[in-house]
Amino acid sequence: MQKITQTQLIDKAASLLKDGTVSCVLGWSKGEFDYDITPAVFKTEEELKDGFVWNDFCGANFSKYLIEKTRKTEGKILVFLKPCDTYSFNQLLTEHRFDREKVYAVGIPCEGMVDVEKVKVACGDGIIKIDCGEKIAVTTLYADKPIELDAKDVLLERCVNCKSKKHVAYDELLGEEGEVLESARFDEVEKLEAMTPDERFAFWQNELSRCIRCNACRDVCPACTCEKCVFNNPQSGVENKSPANSFEEKMFHIIRAYHVAGRCTDCGECSRVCPQNIPLHLLNRKFIKDMNEFYGEYQAGSEVGQRAPLVNYTTDDVEPGEVFDRGDIDA
Amino acid sequence: MQMNEYKPLIVAFCCNWCSYAGADLAGNNRLNYPADVKIIRVPCSCRVNPMFILRAFQRGADGVIICGCHPGDCHYTSGNYYTRRRMAMLFSMLDYLGIEKERTRVEWVSAAEGAKFAATMNDFAEKVAALGENKRLEDLRCKR
Repeated sequence: MQKITQTQLIDKAASLLKDGTVSCVLGWSKGEFDYDITPAVFKTEEELKDGFVWNDFCGANFSKYLIEKTRKTEGKILVFLKPCDTYSFNQLLTEHRFDREKVYAVGIPCEGMVDVEKVKVACGDGIIKIDCGEKIAVTTLYADKPIELDAKDVLLERCVNCKSKKHVAYDELLGEEGEVLESARFDEVEKLEAMTPDERFAFWQNELSRCIRCNACRDVCPACTCEKCVFNNPQSGVENKSPANSFEEKMFHIIRAYHVAGRCTDCGECSRVCPQNIPLHLLNRKFIKDMNEFYGEYQAGSEVGQRAPLVNYTTDDVEPGEVFDRGDIDA
Repeated sequence: MQMNEYKPLIVAFCCNWCSYAGADLAGNNRLNYPADVKIIRVPCSCRVNPMFILRAFQRGADGVIICGCHPGDCHYTSGNYYTRRRMAMLFSMLDYLGIEKERTRVEWVSAAEGAKFAATMNDFAEKVAALGENKRLEDLRCKR
């Protein structure tokens, strides 16, 4: 259950459209099913009343859409940002990816978003209707009456370990400001680290071999914003091909995580969109954890203009050989 | 010598200014190091993209070592400091994925350290040979 209502957001958007502050609104709209809420652009009040949705399935992070949208739109764009989205927003500003002047950002509180995969596990197949009220009521083809779920039990992985309820960027805030939270987001990484290399290898082999190279993780990642991507190059031999063998899977995922290291805000979109449910955030979090341990605490996107650890150095950094025996490292 | 004896293939990325000159010195001094070490000269150790290392493994390398100037002595002032951070991150990630950590190494070798170069390569080749073939990061299509 979200603290702020859909009507409040529609009213806000409509009034800003009306007084000419913004020329369009970036928001969520219903997809084919109640659970696949998709990003959409709204230009009039009627469109908003028709299609705008705000409920427990609005996981999509809009920061990345601003890059293209700000370039193509006359006037300002209204964007609704949940706390974790504001980190990506700042990170993109740090990288000068869009014009801040062309965006009107409204911060909205978030109580955590629901993972439809978990709902499917709890309710079974054949979901035909989902009502997000106090509880989530799921109507399926096979159950006699709607199954009621508590949103807290079916949250997205990134929301279970929410890192912050505080907005780090906005022009206007609806609702109350939250706090940066102490999250247990590295627990899973630590569990993996404690395994033997053979176990870890087996774990990742099992996870990554499911990859179908749909590139959804690349498309959704707000840190991964090249307009021309090497994986779109028809000459590269890897374009739109599912991985031919285990090397390619590992290479793709190591490099995907590596090239956003230091810029990844840990928004968890990659894992949310993965159709094969590969825990991609575990790769990103490993980098974040390592950088925190070796080079000091760093949260990408917490301020505009920060210098990421990998484009910086000190003269007494750890040696690459030392990373394997953590016990010997002081910092 | 047996024909089917296992020989590791090792790729060494050596920076032009220090380590490559160090390798030269090792040669001039007639120091022995394994012929399995294939040296690739790079302008600076920070020229080595993480992708190069993965590619080397894909194309059949059993070990990859990166040699650069000692921290503080980089010809380009700060290149090897970046290498140090990048490789620390990459090696840690490879370890996280369960790839043997002995297969990768970074070593600082100056132009005057021919002996260190030879010793490093001997030691590294021995460690990699003990691990055997690179199975976890191999690409079957690139099999020799």
